[in-house]
Amino acid sequence: MARSMCWHCQSEVTGEYFCERCVKVQPVSKETDYFTCLGVPRRLTLDPKKLEAKFYELSRTFHPDFYQTKSTAEQTISLSNAAVLNTAYRTLRDPIQRAEYLLALETGSVKDIRTSPPADLFEEILELQDTLEEYRTSDRGSDQGHQLRAALQAEQEGLERRKEEMESQLRQLFADWDKLQDTGEATSPARAERNRILKQMRDLLSHRTYINNIVNDLAATIA
Amino acid sequence: MARIVGIDLGTTNSLVAYMKDGQPRIVPDRNGRTMVPSVVALADNGLIVGNSAKEHLTRNPERTVYSVKRFMGKGLADIQNELTYFPYHLTETGGVIRIRLGQKNYSPPQISAMILKELKLRAETYLGESITKAVITVPAYFNDSQRQATKDAGLIAGLEVLRIINEPTAAALAYGLQKNTQGTIAVYDFGGGTFDISILKLKDGIFEVLATNGDTHLGGDDVDRMLVDLFVSEIQEREAVDISDYPDHLQAVRLEVERAKIRLSDELKTEIAIELPEGRGRFTRALTRDQLESLVMSVIERTLVPCRMALKDAGLNPKDIDEVVLVGGSTRMPLVRQLVEALFGKPPHCHLNPDEVVALGAAVQADILSGGTTDMLLLDVTPLSLGIETMGGVMSSLIRRNTTIPASAKEMFTTYVDGQTGVDIHILQGERELVKDNRSLARFRLKVPPLPAGVPRIEVTFLIDANGILNVTATDMRTSQSQSIEVKPSYGLSDTEVERMIEDSFKFAAEDVGARKLIEARLDAESLIKTIDKSLAEAGHLVAREEADTIRIASSQLSTVKDGTDFRAIRARMAELEQAAKHLNAVMLDDSLKRGLQGKKVSDVS
Ligand SMILES: Nc1ncnc2c1ncn2[C@@H]1O[C@H](COP(=O)(O)OP(=O)(O)O)[C@@H](O)[C@H]1O
Ligand SMILES: [Mg+2]
Repeated sequence: MARSMCWHCQSEVTGEYFCERCVKVQPVSKETDYFTCLGVPRRLTLDPKKLEAKFYELSRTFHPDFYQTKSTAEQTISLSNAAVLNTAYRTLRDPIQRAEYLLALETGSVKDIRTSPPADLFEEILELQDTLEEYRTSDRGSDQGHQLRAALQAEQEGLERRKEEMESQLRQLFADWDKLQDTGEATSPARAERNRILKQMRDLLSHRTYINNIVNDLAATIA
Repeated sequence: MARIVGIDLGTTNSLVAYMKDGQPRIVPDRNGRTMVPSVVALADNGLIVGNSAKEHLTRNPERTVYSVKRFMGKGLADIQNELTYFPYHLTETGGVIRIRLGQKNYSPPQISAMILKELKLRAETYLGESITKAVITVPAYFNDSQRQATKDAGLIAGLEVLRIINEPTAAALAYGLQKNTQGTIAVYDFGGGTFDISILKLKDGIFEVLATNGDTHLGGDDVDRMLVDLFVSEIQEREAVDISDYPDHLQAVRLEVERAKIRLSDELKTEIAIELPEGRGRFTRALTRDQLESLVMSVIERTLVPCRMALKDAGLNPKDIDEVVLVGGSTRMPLVRQLVEALFGKPPHCHLNPDEVVALGAAVQADILSGGTTDMLLLDVTPLSLGIETMGGVMSSLIRRNTTIPASAKEMFTTYVDGQTGVDIHILQGERELVKDNRSLARFRLKVPPLPAGVPRIEVTFLIDANGILNVTATDMRTSQSQSIEVKPSYGLSDTEVERMIEDSFKFAAEDVGARKLIEARLDAESLIKTIDKSLAEAGHLVAREEADTIRIASSQLSTVKDGTDFRAIRARMAELEQAAKHLNAVMLDDSLKRGLQGKKVSDVS
């Protein structure tokens, strides 16, 4: 993950994070992706324990606490390396964020995926928005208020089930992706499979986020 | 590396600690006391700090500053509804509160610096070396301005602040070191002015903060206030006196109810007596623990809201917490313990001294920084989301709350008008949607080369360092040139102002040293005069009359200069008196030896 030339002694850096000649810490390169940064394979199913262990180990390597007695240049590197490491861990720790990040890496698209409702839920969600609005303006203590609330609660449960379904579909796609990576084939069916996975993953992630936002909104309104 | 001390700069009490043989220890004063009351008073002979200043709370209320921590990083508008509680005069200049003491106005960092200096001196005296580096603790929920103000206080006190560390996490360090705990702990820190809750995961020497929350305006002070209000209105009713018209009596009431509150942590009932103004006798009243608890229940319950939020942010349920650690004086209230136990479903841990554990943890962190402790590492988080103002007065979040620090975010800026040469950026902290509901941290203007609209690309990096303090840098992506940014804090001292205060503080330090020497010389002179008087009374008959007269004259000369302001003159006269009395002392010693020998056997002597 280090640059090829040591910023300090200009010799070639062969060590992972430190120059082997002058033992100075090296900045994590801007091109380093989070998987490389944390020293884990570019997979979507990661063992959280291993990820955490790696994060702790690298924190011990880069944290500014351990550079207090070093030069200003080394302190600056430690600070920015630690910041990158923290972002990397935060992103990869969460399976959804991890998948969104991988998608961005693989398809080179912008980092945030636009959220959109699943086509089959379009009508239902429009109706739901109306009910929500009605509930917000209704007298919550009244019979009508109670009815609306019950309806919204049922909706919430339904959407949460739907979200769980999507998440299990996503987990399947994650497994598919990892399997494809493990075989390491570059054949044309493999490429087609890769594109299928990425496309489906993108749609699912976008729909899931959309539903997630609605569920949160619902929960906050009827809480 | 020079020694780094750990300092708990509290609202009510402050402490300084150091590391010895792998264990943190508190630096005591000559009398063995560990806490320095965070009180600064302007007395006749200058500014005084700590225990002696505390005595001025009732004698000199308008010249005695307490709870200054509540004002750190704040403007006057922030404390509008509690202004009446403070007997001293507060104003505002440049977004910073100023406190009037005599003829001068002081910013909260300057007052805090006086407390820090007292701690510095205490450590220097005790350890016999000069102290210039420190780790200082702040409430976890302190925002950027409050942290910066604390750092400024350190600078003004002549301390290099190597790290600002959160109080609950400091406590966790001390606790973890002692208990070698693994698992998930919640630190509930309820002191005089602030409340914090932090949830940490302890594993193999790593202290990873999962979430933190709090209220920087909630503490024992608020409990005291409810009691003060109760007593003021009861005295009004029963005695037809409005105590709030008498600042000294109001302070006396505050101190009296606080003592009663503390007694009620051990007793079920207590008597409170309050001296009324203008010799109108005393007001007495019994207060039971039940009465206290029902009065302040709402204050204590307010601490539970941040607890639930922190749990939610950490993605945990109360039952996932393995241990609950209590920190801060107010956790001695039985009601607090009850509510905490009810929330987490397990009795809290209170074997550690809740007054000292934060300072001890700061010393552990200091030891980590100096390379002494290498197996422990604290990974803390930023308590509040950081963002910038965007169109329509909306805050766009860049770094979410509870993100592990150091944390950074990059944002690209461009122009909307041809030839535009600057972009104004407004930095905010908080969890709300709209700019006006969040805390303004600072503003700055990004310099842009005059180009057609949309062409410039300036990347701004917002970096929250390990102190939880924001640093901003910018790079022109077209030229790869970085530009320095001068941030104007919304509620903080400017760099030049801090520099001036540092200079002032050194100037005063010289004056202070002079004042201290004078006081010491006076005290020494007084005790010398007393000793000599006693010697003359006991043994004056053993020397010639002329000699006794010479001694008397020297003594009266010392008496005269003693009340002057020249400590050198006092020391000179003292030397003369000692010289004059030398023979007398020798004669006395001889005499007492002789008399001591009488009636004793030779074998007892050798
Ligand atoms: N035994 C006690 N019972 C109740 N409150 C107490 C007790 N001892 C101290 N306190 C309160 O604790 C607060 C001071 O706590 P401390 O942790 O020293 O505060 P800080 O960290 O804000 O300086 C004061 O409000 C004080 O009244
Ligand atoms: Mg405290």
